[in-house]
Amino acid sequence: MKKLIISLLAGVAFSSAASATDFRIGLQEDPDVLDPHKARTFVGRIVFTSLCDKLVDVNSKLEFVPQLATEWSWSNENKTLTFKLRDDALFHDGTPFNAEAAKANLDRARTEPDSLRKSELASVDSVEVVDEYTVALNLKQADATLLAQLSDRAGMMLSPATFSGEVATNPVCSGPYKFASRVQNDRITLEKFAEYRDADDYHFDRLVFRPIPDSTVRLANLRSGDIDMLERLNPSDAESVRGDTSLQFMPVAGLGYQGLTINVGDNPRASGPLNKDKRVRQALQLAIGRDIINEVVGHGLFEPAQQPFPPASPFNSEKFPLVERDVEKAKALLKEAGHESVAFELTFGNNTTSSATNELIQAMAKEAGFEISLKPMEFAAMQQEMQAANHEATQIGWSGRVDPDGNIHQFVTCKGALNDSKYCNEEVDKLLNAARATPDVEERKQLYDQAQAILMDELPIIYIYHQPWPFVASNKVSGFEPSPDGMVRLKGVKLEN
Amino acid sequence: MLQIIARRVLVAIPTLFLVSLIVFGLQKLLPGDPLLTMAGEERDPAVIEFLREKYRLNDPFYMQYLYWVRDVLTGDFGNSLRTGVPVSTLIAQKLPVTIQLAVMAMIFALLIGIPTGIMSAVKKGKAPDYAANAIALSGVSIPNFWLGIILIMVVSVQWRLLPASGYVPLTEDPIQSLRTMLMPSFVLATALGAYLMRHTRSAMLGVLSSDYIRTAKAKGLMPRVVVLKHALRNALMPIVTLTTLLFGELLAGAVLTEQVFTIPGFGKLIVDAVFTRDYAVVQGVVLCTAVGFIFMNLLADILYILINPRLRHPQ
Repeated sequence: MKKLIISLLAGVAFSSAASATDFRIGLQEDPDVLDPHKARTFVGRIVFTSLCDKLVDVNSKLEFVPQLATEWSWSNENKTLTFKLRDDALFHDGTPFNAEAAKANLDRARTEPDSLRKSELASVDSVEVVDEYTVALNLKQADATLLAQLSDRAGMMLSPATFSGEVATNPVCSGPYKFASRVQNDRITLEKFAEYRDADDYHFDRLVFRPIPDSTVRLANLRSGDIDMLERLNPSDAESVRGDTSLQFMPVAGLGYQGLTINVGDNPRASGPLNKDKRVRQALQLAIGRDIINEVVGHGLFEPAQQPFPPASPFNSEKFPLVERDVEKAKALLKEAGHESVAFELTFGNNTTSSATNELIQAMAKEAGFEISLKPMEFAAMQQEMQAANHEATQIGWSGRVDPDGNIHQFVTCKGALNDSKYCNEEVDKLLNAARATPDVEERKQLYDQAQAILMDELPIIYIYHQPWPFVASNKVSGFEPSPDGMVRLKGVKLEN
Repeated sequence: MLQIIARRVLVAIPTLFLVSLIVFGLQKLLPGDPLLTMAGEERDPAVIEFLREKYRLNDPFYMQYLYWVRDVLTGDFGNSLRTGVPVSTLIAQKLPVTIQLAVMAMIFALLIGIPTGIMSAVKKGKAPDYAANAIALSGVSIPNFWLGIILIMVVSVQWRLLPASGYVPLTEDPIQSLRTMLMPSFVLATALGAYLMRHTRSAMLGVLSSDYIRTAKAKGLMPRVVVLKHALRNALMPIVTLTTLLFGELLAGAVLTEQVFTIPGFGKLIVDAVFTRDYAVVQGVVLCTAVGFIFMNLLADILYILINPRLRHPQ
C-alpha cells in the first residue's frame, strides 16, 4: 500500500512539463480591460507591448523609433505631424493596416466617451488621410508631448473591423502576438502571429502572463520553474536574487517617482504649519535622508529623487542637485518659521514597502522636530480622500511617462486632474503650458528649469526616490534588455531548454 | 422528503434577498470611489462623469439596488467594471475551480480527521490521544498562508516535485490538474481536518460511554466491530453537520490559500473585486456563494434522514 502511494505520488509529480516554446511572465497585478483606448493600468501595458503595435516605439535610451510608422515630420509651425506608415503590416484578423485604419483608431481614441486617451490626444484637431500610407494629424496648438503619447496606448492600432465587437475582452491588434484567451486573475494567453513582419525574431509560440500579486510567491514560482521571468521584485528580495546563480537580476531605473504630496491648497485640511508655510516643508525635506531610504528599504534600488524627471531624461536638470539630509539646518528653519515642533498626518497606501519607507521618514523627521502620525489606507479609499483634498500629506507615486510633461503638468497646474496637493501658481502654469508647446529640447528644458526653481522653493511635492523596474529572469532566458518604461519587449529573446 | 426540500427552497428566497441587500449596502458604505479606480492614473473628469452615468452611480442607493435586482431576475448579472467580462462568465470560470479545491480539501480533511478522531476517542488519555490532539492544535493554529509558502519553498523550489502555483482544468489535463491542487487542498485540509478530528473525538466519546455499547461489548463483539459499526454511525450526526457547513464555507473561496497558490477561485475573485470596488462582481459572487451555502444546509438535512432512520417518519 505504502509503495503504491509513493509510486502514485512520484508519477503525479514527474509527469507533464510545460511545452518548450511557452514563455511565462509573472505580473504583480491582473491587468484591466484589454482595450488600449480604455485601459488604465501600468501592468496592462506590459501585455499590450506584445499584443498591439504602436505608431512609434521608444528604445532603452527613450528615443523614438519606428514601429507602424516608418518616419514622421513636423510642419506648419509644429501644428501638423505627418506619419509615413508601413505597407506590410497586418491586423490579427488579416485585414491590412493603412492610413484609413490609423485615422479610424485615432478618431476612436479621441471621441469614445469612455476613452482614457482623450486627454492625451486633446491637442489633435483632426486626422487626415493623405494617401494610402500617409496620415497627418492637424493640431489645435503645437504639442511637444504628442509623439510620446503615440508611443504608448494612444498610438496602438486595433483592427477597425472589430470596433463594434467586444474589444475589451477580445482585442484584435497588429503586434507580434495575438490574443488567445484570458481567465481573470489567473492568466492571459497570447499566441504567435505567424504573419507578423518580423515573426522570425519572436521565438515563442505562446506567451502566458500570470498575475501573482505576492512578491515572495512570484519569486518562488520563478525559482521552481513555473514562470520564466517576473517583473517588480520586492527590494527586500534583491539580496537573495543577486546571490542566486540560477537567476538573472536585471533592475533598470524607471520613469516614475515616489514622493510626498502635501496639501497646500485653500481647504480645511491644509491649515497646519506644514501646509501653510514653505519653510516648514523645506525643513521636512532637509530632515529626510533619501540615501538612507535607498539603503535601508530599497536595498540599493531606490535611486534618490530630487526632480520628477528620471535621471536618464534630458530634462533632469543639473541645477537642482540632491538636497542632503541636514537635521541642524532643518531645526533652524523650523525655528525661523516659529515652531519647536510640527505635527501632521501622513497618509499612504498600505503595503510593506511603503510602510517601511514611511516609518523611516517618521523616525528621521522626528529628529528635526516633526511629529508625524502615519495613516495607512487601502488604496482606493486613499485616492478618494486625496481627490477630495481630505489629507494633510500623502506618500504616493507615479509610474512615469516618456515625455516630461506627463510627470509634472497635471500634478502642479491649477486645473491638473492629478493635482492632489491643490497647488496653484499662475507662473508655473504659464511655464509648463509653454513647455508643452515647445518641441526644441534645449528651449523646453529652460522652461522646465524655471518652473522647477519655483517648485523646489515651494515644495508642494517632495520627491523621494525613482522607483526601479527590477526584472528577474531565469538564466535560461537570453537576449532580454530591460527598458526604463518597464515594458517587456520580446524581440530576439530566447529561452534555452 | 420532497416537502422538506420545497419548504427549504421557499425559505431560502428571503434569505438570498436579505444577503444581497446587506452586501449591496456594505459596499456602498466602503470608502473609495470605483470610478477613481476605473479612470486609471489619468483620472479624466469627463470620462468619470460618463461612466458614472453609464453605471447609474448617480442614482439613489435604493434605485441602484432595484436595477440590479431587475437585471438579475432576467439573468443578467452585469459586467465586471474592471475588465468588462460578464459576471456570469466569471462565475462559470471560477466555480469549477472552487468546487474542485473544496472537494479535494474535504476529502483530505475527512481522511485526516475521522480516523484520528476515532483513534483518539478509543485511546482516550493515552499517547495516541495526546499526539492526535497536539497535531489537531497545530492544524488549527498554523496559518494557511505560512504553511502554503513553506510547502512551495520545500516541495516546489527545493524538491521540484509539484508546481508552485496555477490551475489547470480537470477536463484539460487531469493529472496536471490534480498536481496543481494537491498542495493547496492539503493546506486547507489541515485546519478542517483538525476541527473534524476534535468533533469526531467528542461525539465518539459520548457514544462510547452509552449503555448499548456496553451491551455490545458484553455480547463479546470484537472491539473493532463495536467502534466502527455500533458507535461510529451514531456519532456521525454532528460530523455530517460540521462537514456540510465547512464545505459550504469552502465554496465561498479560500482567500489566503488561493492567493498564495494563485488559484483563480472565488476567494481571489471577490477580494480583488472588493479592492477595485467592482460592485457587480462582488454582488454576483456573494449571491452565488449564498446559494451554495443554502444548498449545503439542505444537503445536511437530507443526509440526516438517510443516516438516522428515526427522522424518516415525522408526524
